[in-house]
Amino acid sequence: MKQNEVPQDGDNLHEGTFKQLFYAVNDAGEYKQPVTSVGWEPENVAMAQAWEEVHAKVEKARERVLAGEISPIAYYMEKTLMDLPLLASYVSKFQWQVKRHLQPRVFKNLSSTMLQRYAAAFKITVQELQHIK
Amino acid sequence: MSQVQFNHVQTAHCESGVISNLFRHYGLNISEPMAFGIGAGIFFGHLPFVKVNGVPGTTYRIWPGAIFQRVCSRLGVKMQSQKFSSPEKAMQALDRVIGEGIPVGVLSSVYYLPYFPPAYRFHFNAHNLVIYGKNGDNYQVSDPIMDVVTEIDPKSLAEARFAKGFPEPKGKMYYPVQVPSGVSLQKPIRQGIEQACHYMLKIPVPMFGVKGMRFLAKRVKHYPEKLGDRKATLYLGNIIRMQEEIGTGGAGFRFMYAAFLQEAADLLQQPELAKLSRELTGIGDLWRNFAFNAGRVCKSRSADNVSYAELSEMLLQCAAAEEVFFKKLSKVKI
Repeated sequence: MKQNEVPQDGDNLHEGTFKQLFYAVNDAGEYKQPVTSVGWEPENVAMAQAWEEVHAKVEKARERVLAGEISPIAYYMEKTLMDLPLLASYVSKFQWQVKRHLQPRVFKNLSSTMLQRYAAAFKITVQELQHIK
Repeated sequence: MSQVQFNHVQTAHCESGVISNLFRHYGLNISEPMAFGIGAGIFFGHLPFVKVNGVPGTTYRIWPGAIFQRVCSRLGVKMQSQKFSSPEKAMQALDRVIGEGIPVGVLSSVYYLPYFPPAYRFHFNAHNLVIYGKNGDNYQVSDPIMDVVTEIDPKSLAEARFAKGFPEPKGKMYYPVQVPSGVSLQKPIRQGIEQACHYMLKIPVPMFGVKGMRFLAKRVKHYPEKLGDRKATLYLGNIIRMQEEIGTGGAGFRFMYAAFLQEAADLLQQPELAKLSRELTGIGDLWRNFAFNAGRVCKSRSADNVSYAELSEMLLQCAAAEEVFFKKLSKVKI
């Protein structure tokens, strides 16, 4: 990659806050000075797609919570990009226990300490945990 | 609190960047590519069973921490490295060390770094950065992939240092306690190159090195019929992201290694290495070409078999080129 080929396809994924660095060669084929880049189309596409997937999952979880199929924990888990093993380690529980807590009828009876722990893991209040928007 | 002058230089990758920045502070000038080369950071691996958010992982570099450890042992730098049982202890220890004016490297999760662009904040737990001082309550951060130094509040820093998941940072922090002033780079360079060639060519497991590229190529070919449109593009997107994200991607690492070879060639008067550097630059361009085409497939979202077969073919080309390259590199006498 030559210095003038370093991609500059910004789509504001970096929000103008930072530019990444690339090693690129000058016309003589030598690496002298790294060049900054504001982004590259294929990466932007892949990144946008990954986020789209996240948003779709969050939205689906939200609908299922409102329909009473799963507990709000499932929604916040998607929202904070966690998966079962990760969430389980944040609340110091086994995965099968967290899985149980994803059922609305189990969630209803969770102790306030347990709710507090989930809220802390998601960085929200217990209030927000119980009533999703 | 004493103000430490820390010379921050933006780099392409966090681990080799922190090495370069920290060592420079002690008068040992090692460029980022040089650290990457000595630490034999170049690698490839495709791990279908290690899933990140349900998508198989692909790596273009050696596992986190390996570069650091190798560079230190090859250059004779002694590091003090600690993990902690609780955030309070970890933050106290950090305060004590930076209070002595020593810049400290810490392991963190990017998810909790507020200064990071939101789009990049996934649960990735092996990000390295340097804390070099305090401004009031806030910590002064030299994050190697940012262009300037920044600050972070204590709460976010503690969260980032104690993120759960894999690998768990457990508040890991490290700083050099003994740095040699002048080192001959010849032996470290030789060891780094030997190790890189070994890892790329000789690991007897199909997922790693050049074999891993062929393994991935084979799988990519069957993505559409095995996974369906949607998942196929997601899997493919992840390959691109791992390749290009934050300059730490496959092509990025190929160019960085090429820069290392060029530097080594000048340093050791080995024109052969300069030639190989140019060859690797060409291979990096092959990878970029792959990412470019994969990006188009992702964008069109139609998983027709032809395009995936073509992508698979491109990966095979990369594999073939890297095999030839590393075989030549392994024969260079240093």
